Amino acid sequence: MAVLEAKSEIKIQQAEMRSVSGSQAVMEALIAEGVKTIFGYPGGAIMPIYDALFDYPSQLQHILVRHEQGAIHAAQGFARASGKTGVVFATSGPGATNLVTGLADAMIDSTPVVCITGQVFAHLLGTDAFQETDVINITTPVTKWNHQVTDASEIPSALAKAFYIAGSGRPGPVVIDITKNAQLQLFEYEGYKKCEHIRSYRPKPEIRKEYIQEAAKLINEAERPFVIFGQGVILGNAEKEFKAFIEKSGLPAAWTIMGMSAIPTDHPLAVGMLGMHGNYGPNVLTNECDVLIAVGMRFDDRVTGRLDKYAKQAKIVHLDIDPSEIDKNVKTTVPVWGDCKETLPMLTALLEQKQHAAWINRFGEFMNKEKEKCIDAELTPASDIMTMGEVIKTLNELTGGEAIIVTDVGQHQMVACRYAKYKNSRSNITSGGLGTMGYALPAAIGAAFGDPSRTTVAIIGDGGFQMTIQELGTIMQYKPDVKLLILNNNFLGMVRQWQQLFHEKRYSFVDIQSPDFVQVAKGYGIPGRSISDRADLRDALNELLTSKGSQLLEVMVGKENNVFPMVPQGRGVAEIVLSKEEI
Amino acid sequence: MQKQEFTITVYTENQVGLLNRIAIIFSRRKINIESLNTSPSEIDGVHRFTIVIDEFEELVRKICRQIEKQVGVLKAYYNNNDEIVWQELALYKVPTDVIAEQVKVERLLSQHGAKAVVIRKDYTVFEVAGQRAETDALIKVLEPYGLIEFVRSARVAIIKESEGFHKKLTEFEYREPSEAVDENEYLDKNEEVFTM
Repeated sequence: MAVLEAKSEIKIQQAEMRSVSGSQAVMEALIAEGVKTIFGYPGGAIMPIYDALFDYPSQLQHILVRHEQGAIHAAQGFARASGKTGVVFATSGPGATNLVTGLADAMIDSTPVVCITGQVFAHLLGTDAFQETDVINITTPVTKWNHQVTDASEIPSALAKAFYIAGSGRPGPVVIDITKNAQLQLFEYEGYKKCEHIRSYRPKPEIRKEYIQEAAKLINEAERPFVIFGQGVILGNAEKEFKAFIEKSGLPAAWTIMGMSAIPTDHPLAVGMLGMHGNYGPNVLTNECDVLIAVGMRFDDRVTGRLDKYAKQAKIVHLDIDPSEIDKNVKTTVPVWGDCKETLPMLTALLEQKQHAAWINRFGEFMNKEKEKCIDAELTPASDIMTMGEVIKTLNELTGGEAIIVTDVGQHQMVACRYAKYKNSRSNITSGGLGTMGYALPAAIGAAFGDPSRTTVAIIGDGGFQMTIQELGTIMQYKPDVKLLILNNNFLGMVRQWQQLFHEKRYSFVDIQSPDFVQVAKGYGIPGRSISDRADLRDALNELLTSKGSQLLEVMVGKENNVFPMVPQGRGVAEIVLSKEEI
Repeated sequence: MQKQEFTITVYTENQVGLLNRIAIIFSRRKINIESLNTSPSEIDGVHRFTIVIDEFEELVRKICRQIEKQVGVLKAYYNNNDEIVWQELALYKVPTDVIAEQVKVERLLSQHGAKAVVIRKDYTVFEVAGQRAETDALIKVLEPYGLIEFVRSARVAIIKESEGFHKKLTEFEYREPSEAVDENEYLDKNEEVFTM
């Protein structure tokens, strides 16, 4: 741990040397890092930490979840809504293994989370002790960094490093596994020193000016430039810089699911969503632009479709903070390494003031076609059966795009992301990379704690809701203001859609039965209502949004509705289809 | 482009768990590690991994970036066999009586540069430092004479062009590790990029 010391210019807080326990040192570290909210669940191996926590009721709020997966998703929602690092406590063994899904989710979606897990006594390590699991090795592939502490004196520096790594550069999850003896052990505490440098960690690569110049030249010479952006813009707090960048040269911009809400959805240069269920124009025109400028996104396969048919005609400029993303999936013409908060203004300064009206109009033409073939039927359906799209449309009208929308995974997620309107950044919270069903309910609880000033609406399918439904107990106990909107189609809809389109309608185990969600919510003291009649929709949504505290609204929607457009797997982005007849 | 042998040299902190972090970058892509050696480096406290894989250069470059991204890794380099000096160490255990009886065997051993490490009544252990082909050749030679045991170490390699790691480490200690100049192939051929 010698590496953790030294080099930092920060002065040690002039706290007098005193003897504290490892657990107290954990609390001091959290307070020094500005942590106010912890999501967790106690157990044998983390009891000394919980005992210490008992002494800090005014400084540290602990939310007792109902399952550790709920804790980490809540911490993720907290981080995504607030921009701060989420903190989780869990015990050893099953407590820690229950975090794995959330760690994988946070890893692939670059969410800053610090998880502190209890571990058996150091002398028992490797002996198959009660509730012992090799947490470090289980979590290695799904953490940005992890570390086991077996001596209390390491705790301050390990946690300082944890918070520094989780929140800097491309953020990610960190696990600190602390053995019970280290939690109990008394040591001479010299105060907490924040970590600001690690010699073997590169949060952001050095910016290469010549690449900025080459990128600017390409963009200035482009006739059909197209900007695609991801969560990097949000994680880098570079929303303003990004807006200035696209506005200066009139560059049309489309978002990935993770980049959504970085600019308002009604921005004149916003042309929609990319990817498998994204908008028609952005997908087709990816293969017609002459310069493709990717900002803080990683060319996920759900965005690119078949790689050998992806933007082959275009010169590609890729801005990313993580050098390992450059050329990973798509070969770059000009790589712009660095934090986009710094590189975007440098690039903008070299851009010519321009408009690309004719080119932008092409996106409009595609939008009109998409409206006619997909959107109109989804938002203003002819049949009596409600669609998910019209629910989102009515929700937009009532929230004015000001709400935080947390979605789960599946059809409702795609529909919500296609039609929801956003005015503010950090408003779309969803499991993008991992596609974790069960994410929304706990993540919405976290988001409500992360930014209580905004309304948080959790949009969840009937399948995903049942995966983490136990977290209704957390709402009951702590009363975060979460509006629960269940879009129930009585199916595992997305899998059913694929079975219909690609497996000859062999509906293999997708007809999921649900309990009476209103009764279940009632059992947890959460008022609820279920509607299936369009006439009730606006009123019911209004009641949901204006209610004091959490409320549940279940909307029964069409059983076999499909999400279109769609880029079928294995096809290029330009082969996007607007209806099932085209597949 | 064809698969070829690449030697990856990784400078790291000397920390528990890093071996696993590095190893899973290969295993998640189902790449077999042909040879792996960990050792101290020229710098006290800095560890050096030498990893040999048979892969496409483009993939090796991606892997190196993913290795370098791990906290605790200072730098990862990859080189083909022309760019390095490399050796492996092999040990051979042969019955002593056969060697004593047959002068021919002794001559063969000396031809292959083998050196006796241990001589006992019942067996003798020879060592050979060399490249794969050389150590393999001696197995074939000794087999007819009752080779009892054979073992070969992982590859160790020195990068011909390297100036060592001291200067880079000093840099890393004072500021964030910087991306070494890793030229973009298009920028190296500027004219081609901008004549669209």
